[in-house]
Amino acid sequence: MGVIIENLPTYWEGFRTTLLLLLVGGLGASVIGGLVALLRISPIGSLRALGAIYTEVVRNTPLTLVFFFVIVVLPALQLGIDSLYGAFIALSVYTSAFVAEAIRSGINGVPIGQAEAARSVGLTFGQTVVSVVLPQAMRMVVPPLINVFIALTKNTSVAGGFIVFELFAASKVLANANGDKVVPILLGVAAFYLLVTIPLGMIAGRIERKVAVLR
Amino acid sequence: MVGVNKFFGDHQVLKDINLDVHKGEVVVIIGPSGSGKSTLCRSINRLETITSGEIYIDGVKLPEEGKELAKLRSDVGMVFQSFNLFSHKTVLENVTLAPIKVRKTSKEEANKRAMQLLERVGVAAHANKMPAQLSGGQQQRVAIARTLAMDPKVILLDEPTSALDPEMIKEVLDVMVELAKGGMTMIVVTHEMGFARSAGDRVVFMSEGLIVEEADPDEFFTNPQTDRAKDFLSKILTR
Repeated sequence: MGVIIENLPTYWEGFRTTLLLLLVGGLGASVIGGLVALLRISPIGSLRALGAIYTEVVRNTPLTLVFFFVIVVLPALQLGIDSLYGAFIALSVYTSAFVAEAIRSGINGVPIGQAEAARSVGLTFGQTVVSVVLPQAMRMVVPPLINVFIALTKNTSVAGGFIVFELFAASKVLANANGDKVVPILLGVAAFYLLVTIPLGMIAGRIERKVAVLR
Repeated sequence: MVGVNKFFGDHQVLKDINLDVHKGEVVVIIGPSGSGKSTLCRSINRLETITSGEIYIDGVKLPEEGKELAKLRSDVGMVFQSFNLFSHKTVLENVTLAPIKVRKTSKEEANKRAMQLLERVGVAAHANKMPAQLSGGQQQRVAIARTLAMDPKVILLDEPTSALDPEMIKEVLDVMVELAKGGMTMIVVTHEMGFARSAGDRVVFMSEGLIVEEADPDEFFTNPQTDRAKDFLSKILTR
């Protein structure tokens, strides 16, 4: 325990970067994922196909590989990149596929009769999506989306392997410096991750209960 | 409707349907399940696409997808078996959504009109509740009010009472009868023979995708012409 308190500043430094990665990665993933989800429900077939290909390719590629592409391959193509920005991009892209799937499943969860009723009273496709389908889908999307963000929280640790000094990288430094106390140091790292993921899980549970009442 | 055919894969659900509905007429479509009644009803506002044939509403051919279709649908009301009220909106918002979004009516105007309609169908007291808080009969009456808010030229009702508890059927039928008496053009798919008899101007009997018989309700129920219709009536009327 003592070793954790002694090294709180180092933990804190890493933790801040982890939070930053989570925030930027989450935002980026939401924007890209939202767009891809729209592609996937579009009435135009080729756009649907494009969305499906993107999702399949991205979500079936290991995150480490995505990192290699962004951090190693891009600079090699003279598109030089700071490793922190590289981590933002890699996390955003990788997570966006899961966000897109979560949103799409939410949209599919809205009974077809809702859209039929909306079209029947004369709403256009766009109005139907915006006024009727999405507001209902969002409620169902939140719990799976939070799952995605919990996974993202933990995935930020991959950035530690690509010279970004976040929580996991901090633990490596600390473990090297305190070779006899590796276990408490790693437990300390785990505690910091839990600090983010447990509240996220609680929010998900809360929203789930709220949605249950509405149905 | 001229020569309408519809296939689901190899299965033909509508076979060369010709049907003419006049303004102010109440046409009741009856027949056994799977006879194509609902498909016929849904094809009129293109919730089901047809394989061949032509459908005209008020002299205008049913358009393909797009803005034109949306405009046409705003003139053709639809009441579903499962109500399909927008579950995230209040009863009042359900009724005002389309007038505001499609007709660009002001919110005050739409609210005022919606309250009149809710009053008319007897659910004004529930205007600010969510649909899930209402009984099935109340929800279906809201759905009728939602349709009326667009001043449709014709209302399609696809088994409007089939999902209701017996004691709620009457309250919905009463609203429908009142509508029919008020001169609304209606196409009603139903199993409610009482409604067909009392409010229908014409009965269309369908079986296996064909219109088998078309007649005045009294005529049809007392003296059906075809064997298929006799058979159907004997099964439902002896109960």
